[in-house]
Amino acid sequence: MSLAAEHPVHDSPRSIRWARRRASAADAWGRFRRDRMALLAFAVLAAFVLMAFLAPFVSDRADFSAINTGDNPTNHPPDGQFLLGTDSLGRSMALQVLWGARVSLFVGFAATVLMIGIGVAVGLAAGFFGGWTDALLMRITDWFMVIPFLPLAIVLATILERSLTTIVMVIGVTSWPSTARLVRSQVLSIRERLYVDRARALGAGRLHIVGRHILPNVTPLILANTTLAVPIAILTETTLSFLGLGDPTQVSWGGILESVGTTAVKAGYWWQYLPPGIGIVMVVLAFTVIGRALEAVLDPRLRER
Amino acid sequence: MRAGFVIRKLLGALSTLAFVVVFNFFLFRIVNPNPVDSMFRGRNLTQEKLDEITRKFNLDGSKWDQFVGYVRQLLHGDLGLSFKGNRPVATAIGEALWPTLLLVGTSTLLAMLGITLGYRAGWRRGSRFDSTATSLSMITYAMPEFWLGMVFLGVFASKLGWFPVGGLEDPGSTATGFAALLDQVHHMVLPASVLAIAYVGEYMIVARSSMIETLREDYLQLARAKGMREDEVRRRHAVPNARLPVVSLSAINFGFIFGGAIAVESIFSWPGIGQATYLALQGPDLPMLQGLFLLISAAVILANLVADVLYGKLDPRVLGR
Repeated sequence: MSLAAEHPVHDSPRSIRWARRRASAADAWGRFRRDRMALLAFAVLAAFVLMAFLAPFVSDRADFSAINTGDNPTNHPPDGQFLLGTDSLGRSMALQVLWGARVSLFVGFAATVLMIGIGVAVGLAAGFFGGWTDALLMRITDWFMVIPFLPLAIVLATILERSLTTIVMVIGVTSWPSTARLVRSQVLSIRERLYVDRARALGAGRLHIVGRHILPNVTPLILANTTLAVPIAILTETTLSFLGLGDPTQVSWGGILESVGTTAVKAGYWWQYLPPGIGIVMVVLAFTVIGRALEAVLDPRLRER
Repeated sequence: MRAGFVIRKLLGALSTLAFVVVFNFFLFRIVNPNPVDSMFRGRNLTQEKLDEITRKFNLDGSKWDQFVGYVRQLLHGDLGLSFKGNRPVATAIGEALWPTLLLVGTSTLLAMLGITLGYRAGWRRGSRFDSTATSLSMITYAMPEFWLGMVFLGVFASKLGWFPVGGLEDPGSTATGFAALLDQVHHMVLPASVLAIAYVGEYMIVARSSMIETLREDYLQLARAKGMREDEVRRRHAVPNARLPVVSLSAINFGFIFGGAIAVESIFSWPGIGQATYLALQGPDLPMLQGLFLLISAAVILANLVADVLYGKLDPRVLGR
């Protein structure tokens, strides 16, 4: 890297900073690209995201509302007309799976943003302020860490109104503790670095130190953690919907599995319960593979693994 | 020192339990101050009748009075009355406890085979064994456990007919002794293997990375320098040191397996805590849910306490902290 050559001394600190970030991003991408599995996972994920985006353009939600499917054959195995067959109300399984991808991905992303947001805020505050703030926040984190997460989510989802917002909130509020711990331990180690001391000696305020020195240093780790958190969110949404706690007005993969239930399994209607599950496995697997690859790229200690 | 450590952990666990009790009480009350109103809305009941029901479920008086009443009840082992069938929640949970302990216990033991796999994979990382085990673990991790349950039910029970589709034992079975036991085992094979497969991957991955962490330690080099065989180095020096993170994981996973059992039990009609939770959701039967949540939390808190104390025994370095 010849930063000095590309950027003469009169460059502003801002442009140098950005050049440095660009360089390290390019470096990370270069290393990520060498991981074949990660690239494949990336392609799979892109396909699902595309599918979710295109759903409203290739079909109408009304196409599989029970009112409009009266003439369709029920529990029909896959054929030319119905690529994945139909369910007990004659609704096309292919369309349901297509639309289900939207909800599963949306909840996955939205809940992850909330989960990471809470975790980062708590972790940063605890690690940076230390003292009683740290003690109190870590006590609360420990509580949430120990309380079994799915039963807690179930209780919350039962009490609150059934909606996508509820699902997102419930997942976000119950699953942040491990992020908080991770961020806190990172902050604790970065806080003691020399350059933070130097900034402090030069009179930098707390906000400046957090924003300029600590946050940029924890960001890569947060990014990898985010990718690994999406599977948790998607799997939780699936389970909650399967238990009948999802949004009744939306089709999600978990919701499809709930509506076909063990009746489909016992009747041997494999086209009703296999596709949504395979969708979940592929998306979750893709995120896990990408997350682990990112972790390996961004955390040099893991590189040799 | 040692007693101090145990007491500190014990106090921590008690504080978590207290948090759960307070949380459990206010959560159900604040969001829905008087569930009786919403439960019986639209039914033609006189005000007196409604008042009577309100009293029966301990919903009269101020929030504080209700809370004190709730805690007093808990101390007497009373979890209140279920909305369904008017049965005490404690009785209903008591009946469901044994099947779940059997199922969760068996699948946890099976899933722990992943630890051995993980140690081996980590010891020979990059080998074919390692990459196969790691990929398989990631795939099982990606599967919702209840979906795997559906697939197993479809293949092994419906299609092949090797195992019963659900329940704890054959209905109307009069078998006793060994035959009855065999019947129960036959019924448990599918749900237990589903839960075990769903969690074996996590054990494997954690055991593997903890082993890799250990591989860098100097004492392994020293052991080799002493002329120990590779196998012995692994068994005597690497594995005992790689054991620590696995202990904490086991406690956390215990909670997850409990959670996973909710959907899996409902698929296999296994009459345990999980199915009771699933049934309590249809209604919803709030006192039942409250009791179940408290019980599951208490079980997981206890498991964590045991793991913490065990950790102190395995790694004396944490005692001082």
